[in-house]
Amino acid sequence: MGQTLAEKIISAHTDLPVKAGDLCIARVDVTAVQDGTGPLTISEFKKLGIAKPKNPSRMILFIDHATPSPRKELSNSHMVMREFAKETGAVLSEGGMGVCHQRLVEKFVNPGEILCGADSHTCTSGALGAFATGMGSTDVAVASALGKTWLKVPQSYKICVNGALRKGVFAKDLMLYLIGKIGADGATYKALEFCGSTISAMSMSDRFTLANMAVEAGAKAGLFSTDEKTYDFLKENRREHVFRYIEPDEDAEYERVIEINAEDVQPMVACPHTVDNVKPISELGMVKVNQVFIGSCTNGRIEDLRIAVKLLKKQKVHPNVRLIVAPASKAVMMQALKEGIIEIMTYVGAQIIPPGCGPCVGVHAGILGDGEVCLSTQNRNFKGRMGNPEGEIYLASPAVAAYSAVCGYIADPTEVL
Amino acid sequence: MLKGKAWKFPDNISTDHIAPGRLFHLRSNLPEFAKHVLEDADPEFASKVQQGDFVVAGSNFGLGSSREHAPQIIKLSGVSAVIAKSFARIFYRNAINIGLLLLECDTDGIDAQDELEVDVREGIIKNLTKGTEITFKPLPEVMIKLQQDGGLIEHIKKYGDFQLT
Repeated sequence: MGQTLAEKIISAHTDLPVKAGDLCIARVDVTAVQDGTGPLTISEFKKLGIAKPKNPSRMILFIDHATPSPRKELSNSHMVMREFAKETGAVLSEGGMGVCHQRLVEKFVNPGEILCGADSHTCTSGALGAFATGMGSTDVAVASALGKTWLKVPQSYKICVNGALRKGVFAKDLMLYLIGKIGADGATYKALEFCGSTISAMSMSDRFTLANMAVEAGAKAGLFSTDEKTYDFLKENRREHVFRYIEPDEDAEYERVIEINAEDVQPMVACPHTVDNVKPISELGMVKVNQVFIGSCTNGRIEDLRIAVKLLKKQKVHPNVRLIVAPASKAVMMQALKEGIIEIMTYVGAQIIPPGCGPCVGVHAGILGDGEVCLSTQNRNFKGRMGNPEGEIYLASPAVAAYSAVCGYIADPTEVL
Repeated sequence: MLKGKAWKFPDNISTDHIAPGRLFHLRSNLPEFAKHVLEDADPEFASKVQQGDFVVAGSNFGLGSSREHAPQIIKLSGVSAVIAKSFARIFYRNAINIGLLLLECDTDGIDAQDELEVDVREGIIKNLTKGTEITFKPLPEVMIKLQQDGGLIEHIKKYGDFQLT
């Protein structure tokens, strides 16, 4: 019997080949923590009585959730992370360098590897053909110390997407459509494995968006085969030498196969307060917005900013709307500066904030007021997510977000694209 | 034998309900954070929960973020177990790693304030208020092992490595 992507990658990290359902101890190549989970990882790590990570140069500590620090308690947490990196040789990604998941794919994770990250959206790196999964601080502390973790090899769902996405429809819409179809717990414990002509034609940026939100269906990982697009992405980041072909066997066994015709997908939104509460915008009715956020590990890449600026150019942000933009990383910020995107966005009325998680985690830089509505390109709209349980969050693509910031209400940009 | 009152919650209780992002700065002060546990799902819960009580919920409890602070502060609030129809994956792993007991079963027959008695060994929840009994799904072997050792850190300290397979 052939192997799925999950079985193949995990088997390359165990002493004996594994199949779905097996419990195994797997070698871990990379571990990651951020400033919300890192301090606890460090205190658990210290309890183990092990001086250094198994492979210090591949344990990465990211300061991205609350930077520049809005409170002394968080500044102190950042100090703990800096100190640990200095003591042990672990790598520190300072504030301003970007969101951990974007940085991981730009610099730190290679196809075919296993990544354990103390952040649920660690699954983003799955688009590079890595088995990347979110865990808690204690699991990541142990994985960092020993260079291994225990895993139950997941059953896989094959997500086949074929055909061309319609004008105005993006990877975000496709993922919201899928999550709406299977539900927020529709893939709990499973790996989603994406394939089909739509996926092959998709940019890496779009694939990262899909992989990023695998966890919003409960999945353990969102996996992709590698191809020339993966190679080109690595090359752009000057690390094509880590490229390798990873693909599932033709006779791999999937627990479920979900076929999606790309042409069926319309511009979508997820309505408050769950990600699976999705609707096509055409069925939404009038929803006025107070704040629009373009950014996050889901949709804060240069391709996202390019689409957004196309809709913002020669327009003005609606007077009743605050538009906040956070490039996902320093590299994205630099590119956006070079292309004049930041200048145009600033001119039309956007507030540009430093690369990082921004308002998505509800710590700073865009907390909602009571009863306010935010349309965001992020991945979660849970009650309280953006710092106020009395706020309402809708999720959509960068195109919908930019156009809605101009209109003052949630609007479908298809006609003006 | 565990005994306490049920606090009832619906489906899809996220880690943002349990440990809100706006209290991010309290992650370095868990006893203080615990005073706000589940605040966005039930503002009265944290101040009224008694030692030994149970959190009883619907499906997909603990979805969302990987923040281990969520099970940590449920445990710190004195809750002896979370009983739900199903749990989100990362929350489940985190809870076992830190020694918070999770029980999976149909929770429709449990209402808020019902008196429950849980026999972990027998796998039975007795609803003393209603006079009914519910069996819960046995914990997976690996989870029992980790629980017996007192969580993942203690397990590794004891063996110097994983002893699970």
